[in-house]
Amino acid sequence: MRKLLIGIMLLWLAVLIVFPLAGIVSNALREGWAPFAAALDQPETVHAFKLTLIITVIAVAVNVVFGTIIGLVLARQSFPGKTLMEELVSMPLAVSPVVAGFMFILLFGKNGWLGEWFAAGGIPVIYALPGMILATVFVTLPFVAKEVVPVLLEIGTEQEAAARTLGASPWQTFRRVTLPSIRWGLVYGITLTMARALGEFGAVLVVSGNIIGRTQTATLHIHEAYTNLEFQGAFSASLVLAAVSFAVLLIMEAVKRRMEDGKET
Amino acid sequence: MILRITRPQSHVTSPGRIGLRSAGAGYILVLVVLPILAITWEAFRKGPGAILADLARPEALYSLRLTFILAFAMILINSVMGTLTAWVLVRYRFPGKALINALIDLPFAIPTVVTGLMLVVLYGPASAMGSFLNRHGVEVIYAKPGIVLALLFVTLPFVVRAVQPVLMAMDTEMEEAAASLGAGRWTIFRRILFPSMTPAILTGAAQAFSKALGEFGSVVIVAGNIPMRTQVAPVYIYGEIESYNTSGALAVSLVLLAGSFAVLILLNLARRFGRCGDA
Repeated sequence: MRKLLIGIMLLWLAVLIVFPLAGIVSNALREGWAPFAAALDQPETVHAFKLTLIITVIAVAVNVVFGTIIGLVLARQSFPGKTLMEELVSMPLAVSPVVAGFMFILLFGKNGWLGEWFAAGGIPVIYALPGMILATVFVTLPFVAKEVVPVLLEIGTEQEAAARTLGASPWQTFRRVTLPSIRWGLVYGITLTMARALGEFGAVLVVSGNIIGRTQTATLHIHEAYTNLEFQGAFSASLVLAAVSFAVLLIMEAVKRRMEDGKET
Repeated sequence: MILRITRPQSHVTSPGRIGLRSAGAGYILVLVVLPILAITWEAFRKGPGAILADLARPEALYSLRLTFILAFAMILINSVMGTLTAWVLVRYRFPGKALINALIDLPFAIPTVVTGLMLVVLYGPASAMGSFLNRHGVEVIYAKPGIVLALLFVTLPFVVRAVQPVLMAMDTEMEEAAASLGAGRWTIFRRILFPSMTPAILTGAAQAFSKALGEFGSVVIVAGNIPMRTQVAPVYIYGEIESYNTSGALAVSLVLLAGSFAVLILLNLARRFGRCGDA
């Protein structure tokens, strides 16, 4: 029985994850290292990866700040409407990426609610970088807040109260007491945010207009290369993104272990 | 003096706390509430009749039905395989277990477009596996099984990660007692293990279902996207946006949103209800 179940599980994971992963590695490197590197050295490809990096950095920065604030509010304060706020924070997880992008077109597009206003101010949102950042910030909004809340609840308020009694200001208390104790939860939230921001496709596709060399991110570039049957380009870029995701995953595992160790001591 | 300093905690609403609360609420208001409000308002602006007319288009209706049916097929498979995987990872020791446990999270880290490409590379008509399956009359890529495969990949962690902690917290005493009283393996599973795992399985399945309704990146590559055959709702919405048919996109978006929210709200209600029952 034991061997049978282990066997079924291994086969399942092999068919679903391991073989497809091996497939992309072997296809990207089928012709050797040189074509793989050459496909990545195209100016559009380099630009696409740069754009993805910029969007990811901004999305992570914004959501670390606001995710921590939301986490603190949800874990440390009680007020009417708190349950609603909790539900709203996780709402982006239930929205299809395409629909998420569509919402921002309705708000900031040519005939959108705020579109004219922003156009008058000379800030293009849709088919431009600000819209792509907004869409990415939206889809990654829940991660930091949701990782920080349980950690805050677990550490309790005793140490913070002690610090305040000893005369520390709220900011000092946060920086010296709260922040160090939630840091692994925060790092875990950041890795989840990073993984999603690096790989976001649907929402960004809808708001970006997919203009090559201007609003094309790494995932959009892969999609375009694939639809144009430029397989070497698509596979090479995919392999890079998959490798980065793998690295993010390793960080996640390490952090998880850290968090569990922290609980025991 | 001392009294004044020793009340930093409690429900006193200091300006700082109110500021923090306003910042958090304002952020959510602008980034979550406003967009959802916009899409709902725009959809209902021309009245429910217009929405129904847009939904009555055969392609729209078909894409929605296909999305819900395939998502349902996915959770059936995922519930069984996810529970099995969680069971093996918690109850058995074998070499490479830590690595496999880490592998479960991979679908959360891999970009959906890359997922789609990986599946096409391995199971597509040009691959050895794909042509073998084709010769036996099984079409995977550019057909419905391919869509289910993509959905299974992107939702793999949900059930496993929901069931694992429950199994870890479970005592084996009850099972041993049942075994000593002569219960067979199947009876123990059916009468003891399954009932205690059910809430966790449902939680994972609901999250997976909600995610599957909206999945785009992996499906758009794997499905072939032929209207009335392999076009799911998010791909239909994308097509309508690209052809500037806003009202068509709005109607289907609304149904998709309602479906996802309904599943998650039901799940939350069930959880709250369950918690009250425990106490």
